[in-house]
Amino acid sequence: MSRTSANKVQRIVIVGATSAIAERCARRWAEQGATHFYLLARNQEKLSAIAADLKVRQPQAEIVTAAGEFVDPAAIQSQVTEIMTQAADIVLIAHGNLPDQQQCQDSLSETAEAIQINGISPVLFAEAFANSMSQANRGTLAVIGSVAGDRGRKSNYVYGAAKGLVTRYVQGLQHRTAGSGFQVVLVKPGPTDTPMTAHLKQSGAALASVEDVADDIVKGIAKGKPVIYTPSKWALIMMIIRHLPRFIFNRMDI
Amino acid sequence: MNLSSWGRLSRQPHTCIALNDRKGVADQLEQFRPGICYGMGRSYGDVCLNSEGISWQTRGLDRLIEFDADTGVLVCESGALLKEIQDLMVPRGWMLPVTPGTQLITVGGAIANDVHGKNHHVHGTFGEHVQELILQRTDGKLLRCSSAENADMFRATIAGLGLTGVILQASLKLRRVGSAWLDTDTQAYQSLPEFFELSQASEADWEHTVSWIDCLSGDTPRGIFLRANHREQAPPDQKSQPSRKKSGLVMPLVPPVSLVNRLSLRPFNAAYYALNKRKEGAGIAHYQPFFYPLDAIGHWNRMYGPRGFYQYQCVVPENSMHAAIGEMLTAIGRSGQGSFLAVLKTFGKRPAAGLLSFPMPGATLALDFPNQGQKTLSLFSRLDDIVSQAGGRLYAAKDARMPAVKFQRAYPALSEFTNYRDPGISSDMSRRLMGS
Repeated sequence: MSRTSANKVQRIVIVGATSAIAERCARRWAEQGATHFYLLARNQEKLSAIAADLKVRQPQAEIVTAAGEFVDPAAIQSQVTEIMTQAADIVLIAHGNLPDQQQCQDSLSETAEAIQINGISPVLFAEAFANSMSQANRGTLAVIGSVAGDRGRKSNYVYGAAKGLVTRYVQGLQHRTAGSGFQVVLVKPGPTDTPMTAHLKQSGAALASVEDVADDIVKGIAKGKPVIYTPSKWALIMMIIRHLPRFIFNRMDI
Repeated sequence: MNLSSWGRLSRQPHTCIALNDRKGVADQLEQFRPGICYGMGRSYGDVCLNSEGISWQTRGLDRLIEFDADTGVLVCESGALLKEIQDLMVPRGWMLPVTPGTQLITVGGAIANDVHGKNHHVHGTFGEHVQELILQRTDGKLLRCSSAENADMFRATIAGLGLTGVILQASLKLRRVGSAWLDTDTQAYQSLPEFFELSQASEADWEHTVSWIDCLSGDTPRGIFLRANHREQAPPDQKSQPSRKKSGLVMPLVPPVSLVNRLSLRPFNAAYYALNKRKEGAGIAHYQPFFYPLDAIGHWNRMYGPRGFYQYQCVVPENSMHAAIGEMLTAIGRSGQGSFLAVLKTFGKRPAAGLLSFPMPGATLALDFPNQGQKTLSLFSRLDDIVSQAGGRLYAAKDARMPAVKFQRAYPALSEFTNYRDPGISSDMSRRLMGS
C-alpha cells in the first residue's frame, strides 16, 4: 500500500521507538522510502542500534534519536515543540508497558505508575502533537491503544483502564479534527509476541507475530483507517466481548 | 512453553528466554543456563531443542548493523532472517552467496548448521562467507572470531551446532547479482548413471544444480535435473523486484493422518515426474520460487500428520557414491516409505568451513519420511549401514535419531571440537550424540 509519489511519506516521528512494534513499523517505513526519522525513547543505546538498522535499510535516511522524558507535562510539551519545528507526515505514539494486575491491586503506586505510562503519558504526547499538526492541517497521528481498553476484565483492568483512556481521548480528537487534512488513527493490537508479553508466551498464550502487526499498522495508517484492530480478528472478538451481557461476562475467567 | 522443531517429532516444555538486546545477552546467559539457541525452529531434529530446559530465543536479535556498498559486507545480528536480507539486498544488486531450500531461517542458525545450497560446487557452504563473528560465551566472555582472530573458535563455531556460545552478530560477504532472475534448464533422467553424467557435465557451466528424485523408482531411478545461472538482467516483461506479498497458501491444520502415505505417494510422484518432463529445456525463473519453492506454503510440515516426520540426509564420498546411492534407493523403494520431497545432488570439492561441516566431495541424498515408528527407524538403520560402509555421514541439522557411535566415527574432528564447547550450553542433540 505505498502512497503515490505526490503524497509520499517523508518524515516519521516515533515516540517509544524502542518498542518492538514501533521498531518493526519503522523498518517498513524505511524500506518504503521514508527519508527522515525522529526517534524518541528512554534508552539511548537501544535507539542507536535501531538507528543503525534503519540506516542499512534506507541509506538516504537522516535519523535523529533522543532520550526523552515521558512523565512531566512541561517536558513533553517542549520536546514536541522542538520535534515539530519540521512538519511530520506520520507521528506514532507507541510507548507503554504491561503491568502485573496483581501487583497493581496490591499497590496504589504501581497502579498510578501503570496508568501514568500507559494512559496519561501517551495522551499528553498526542495532545501536544495534535495541536501542532492540526495547525499545519496535515499528517497522520497514530496512537497505540489495546484491545484491553475495550472492556474492563479482572485479568488486566488497570492496564485496560489506561488504554481505555487512550481510546476515549482519540475518539474525541477524531471528532475534533474530522474533515480536516490531519488524520488520527487508533491502533488496537491484540496480544503480540514482544518482550512485553514474554511471560504470556511462556504460559502458552497464542500471540500474533510482531511483523504481521507492524504490517497491519503501516497499511492501516497509509489508508487512514480510524481504528486498526490487529490482527483483524480482534475486531470481531472484541465486538462480542463488549456486547456480552453481564451475567455471562461475569462467569468468564478472562 | 512447548517447543517443536520442523519435524514435529516432539513437543516438550522449555523455559523460553527471549534475547532482544545484544548488550543484555551476557547477563541473561549468566542467569539462565545451561540452554541452547532457538531461532526459527526450522532444523528438522533436536539440534535446537533442550527439553525441560532453557531455550534462548534469538528472533528478537534481528537488527542490521552496517552495510558496505563497496565491498558487499553486511553486518547483522544473528536472529535476522535470510529472507529479510534477500528482500532488502537483491533489489540493490547483492545476494547471499549461499542459501538452503528455505530463506525463513536465521543467520545464526545458518552458521551453526553451516548450511549449503544448490551451488555448493561454486560457493561452498554458508560459513565460507562469514568474515567475522561476535560470540558470547556463557561465562561472560565476548569473543571476536575470524580466520585472523580466535581462528580455532571461528572454525568450531561454524557448523558448531550452537554449542560454542551464542552468536550475537556476523559479518557476511554478499555477492553481486545483476537481477533477481535465473536462466534455468530442466532435464528428465531415467537412471543413476544418467544423473551423475548430467551433474558432471553441468559443473563447469552451471552455478546451481539439483535434482528431484522419485524415491519409489528403485534401482533405475527417474528424476528431474534442474540447473540454473544468474541472469544479468531481468526478463523484459517482468518486474525486477521480488514481491513482499505472501502467497497466502497455508496448511491450516494438522490432518489426523499423514497426507503423504502409501496411497498418495506413487501417483503423486508419477504425476510430478510427468508434469516436469513436459517442461524440459530452457526457462526463466525468479530466485524465490527456484530456491525456496516450499516457502510459498506456510506450515507445510503439518501435512505429515500428528506424528511428524523425519528427514534423512546423508552424503557419500565420490569413490563409493554410485553404488551407495543405488543401494539406498533400492532399500527405500522396497520399503515403500518416503515422500515426494526427495533430493539428490552432488557436492563440489571444497575444503570444509567448520570442524563439523557436513558436506564432502560426493553425492547427497535427502528424503522426508512420515514418522511410522519402528518401521521407519528400521529402514534408517539399514540406510545408516550403507552410508557408513561407503564412508559417508549424516547431516546433524536434519537428524533426530542417528546412533552416537555413527556420528562420532563419521565426524573425525569431533574430539577437537569438544575443546571449544561452552560448558553452559547443552541441547537434546548434544546429549544424544556427545553425551553432554
